[in-house]
Amino acid sequence: MWAMIVKEFRQVRRDRRTLAMMIVLPVILLIVFGYAASFDVSKIPTVAAGPQAAALVHSLGKPFDLVATAPGEGRAWAQTQLRNNTNGADVAVITGSGPTQVLIDGSQLFSAKAALGALAAVQEKALAEQASGGPVQRPQVTVLYNPELKTSYIMIPGLCGVILVFIGTIITSLGVVRERQTGTLEQLAVMPLRPRDVFLGKITPYFVVACLDLAIVLAIGVAVFGVPFRGSYAVFGLGALLFLFVTLGLGVLISSVSENQGQAIQLSVMVMLPQVLLSGLIFPLSSIAIGVRWISYILPLTYFNEISRGVMLRAEPIGPLWQPFVFLALLGLIVFTLASLRFRGFLAPAAPRHGRGRAPAAPQPAAVDAGRAGQEAGGGQEAGAGPETGARPETGARPEKRAGAETGAGFAVPAAAGPADPPGPAGPADQAGPGSAGGGR
Amino acid sequence: MTAPSPGSEAGSDAAATQDWWGTEEACFRYGDKLALDHVTFRAVPGRVSAVVGGDGAGRTTLLRCLAGALAVTSGRVRLPPPLRIGYLSAGSGTYPDLSVDENLAFRATAYQLPAAVARERSAALLERAGLSGARDRLAGRLSGGMRQKLGVIASMLHQPDLLVLDEPTTGVDPVSRADLWWLIAQAAANGAAVVFATSYLDEAERAVSVLALDDGRALGSGTPEEIIAAMPGTLRVSDDRPEGEASRRAWRRGGRWRIWDPPGRPGEPREPGRPVAPDLQDAITVAILARELAGAEAGSVELEGGSPR
Repeated sequence: MWAMIVKEFRQVRRDRRTLAMMIVLPVILLIVFGYAASFDVSKIPTVAAGPQAAALVHSLGKPFDLVATAPGEGRAWAQTQLRNNTNGADVAVITGSGPTQVLIDGSQLFSAKAALGALAAVQEKALAEQASGGPVQRPQVTVLYNPELKTSYIMIPGLCGVILVFIGTIITSLGVVRERQTGTLEQLAVMPLRPRDVFLGKITPYFVVACLDLAIVLAIGVAVFGVPFRGSYAVFGLGALLFLFVTLGLGVLISSVSENQGQAIQLSVMVMLPQVLLSGLIFPLSSIAIGVRWISYILPLTYFNEISRGVMLRAEPIGPLWQPFVFLALLGLIVFTLASLRFRGFLAPAAPRHGRGRAPAAPQPAAVDAGRAGQEAGGGQEAGAGPETGARPETGARPEKRAGAETGAGFAVPAAAGPADPPGPAGPADQAGPGSAGGGR
Repeated sequence: MTAPSPGSEAGSDAAATQDWWGTEEACFRYGDKLALDHVTFRAVPGRVSAVVGGDGAGRTTLLRCLAGALAVTSGRVRLPPPLRIGYLSAGSGTYPDLSVDENLAFRATAYQLPAAVARERSAALLERAGLSGARDRLAGRLSGGMRQKLGVIASMLHQPDLLVLDEPTTGVDPVSRADLWWLIAQAAANGAAVVFATSYLDEAERAVSVLALDDGRALGSGTPEEIIAAMPGTLRVSDDRPEGEASRRAWRRGGRWRIWDPPGRPGEPREPGRPVAPDLQDAITVAILARELAGAEAGSVELEGGSPR
């Protein structure tokens, strides 16, 4: 058993990623659940329209938090504020002609529930005061977008995003790293395909499948769960497209830094988990502690959630959604650039990365580019490089590790190895792992 | 230290070097290790050349340079355009989750073969290699030898000018091996310059020219006969393991011991064994041994405590 324990510890120590996951993941989970996992809403951004509305909001006290006032406006303005999520407004109080109205954004499920609860408490207090003779005005409360406050209304738009993450990141990362594992990446590298062709050819099927899945989930959400789709398909589609680019790029990026499918899955899970927990999919963003919330704002799913809920439930137009769109585009650009650079790195022939710093200025004309150019011209490719000015191999100081180097064993090759066994020239194990050469990591 | 521009080189040498593909004084560095150390290798159209050497000798690195998968650190390479290179990587380079036909179709499309031509060639090559019955089988379900044959067929489907095969016969049974040799010969007959790497020295004798690598350096090159003729010293064969100093110059082969006597130190009559004519395997073994022994003398400090082999 001791042998097994020692071996296992050695293996775990070698596999840094698993080790990191074993140590980092519990810490992440603790932080997330400690600080972020909260359904309690302590602040409800509220807008006030009409005369005296601001004062009324103030009189309501906590958790209502006045974020905008428009004494001259009415219900239309207030509703637009909620629809466009301006200033993050979840509740609007409207005064003026007729009874006081309170509009609640039902697409912000937890804020809406908290607002209803708080309003009920205020009314209860007012009723008690009425018993002692004070006048009371019952506000007219309307829950917009999700009047029954159904969880499925907010979950299904969010789930669309999770499904895109699942396919885009996990499945794609598996697909690309598979090439490395089957040894076909090396074959791809020498084929007359441009890295761009391989890259796009690799992700297009996943893109198509993800789009199909998205359509299916949407159709089921609308048909079976009765989730409304009130906004523009085009805006939603554009958001999904941008989001898909980010997730596909992440998938390729994960692949390009993973040796095998196991590692790819590990990394994908590490990328996916925070997105599910911190993107506002389950826990409202406003309930997440500031110290952790910043993470939410670098997660693409956060922005896609804003878009999908805004468009589907509130029919939000693209204008007020510019922020999530811009951030998604930015994330997409960064991730895609990194992914295609990494991908190019392990496809294109290149000088070994490790040596670059040490080999004094060995100029490296890109042989493949010469070749590609020649290919069109129908000629051959010829590439040269500067003379090897780095130290010649250290004569005498040969690598230590020698196959079958036994003192006194002589120059013996075991007879069992058959009639044709040359004495293997010693040296480090063959250098040409498909990744280690082309990829460099 | 300036690199000759690929364009100008191609221009000046084009006429003179049209008849070979290969490397000149090629070096390739992996980190601190020089995996290829000024290696010159020429593959001639219509001929089969072998690159031999043990693990870590630099065979795969050289082949990857020839296939265009690696760019040399210094020196020069002369290669046809990627579309005209065929490459079989170590392993078969086929997709285990695609069928035989699908694997070949992918390769044919990537190399821009017209569908009809691809079908015709695939059928002919599969037929000859005995794979006709397995066309719908997944490559992952093929035996090692069959998969290897599929890999070779895939790499020669587009009739490349330069066919680079990394250990095409490793782990293949004798019957499949014969099929593989037929395929390789066929590629050469079609005008390709064929290069294959092997650790089986008996196979290297099939090649017209052989390059023996050890520790990234060329030990010798030429026809098998030339390499055998260039072997220094003489060889003895003995049933018993030699003792003393001679044990460092001996190795086991086929249940017997070969003992190499360097030039100027012929085997004395009282020593065991009888003279034997070396073959390619012996000649290359001796070349490696001679270098190791010379290295041991030159660098005895580094090798202290361990026999050269």
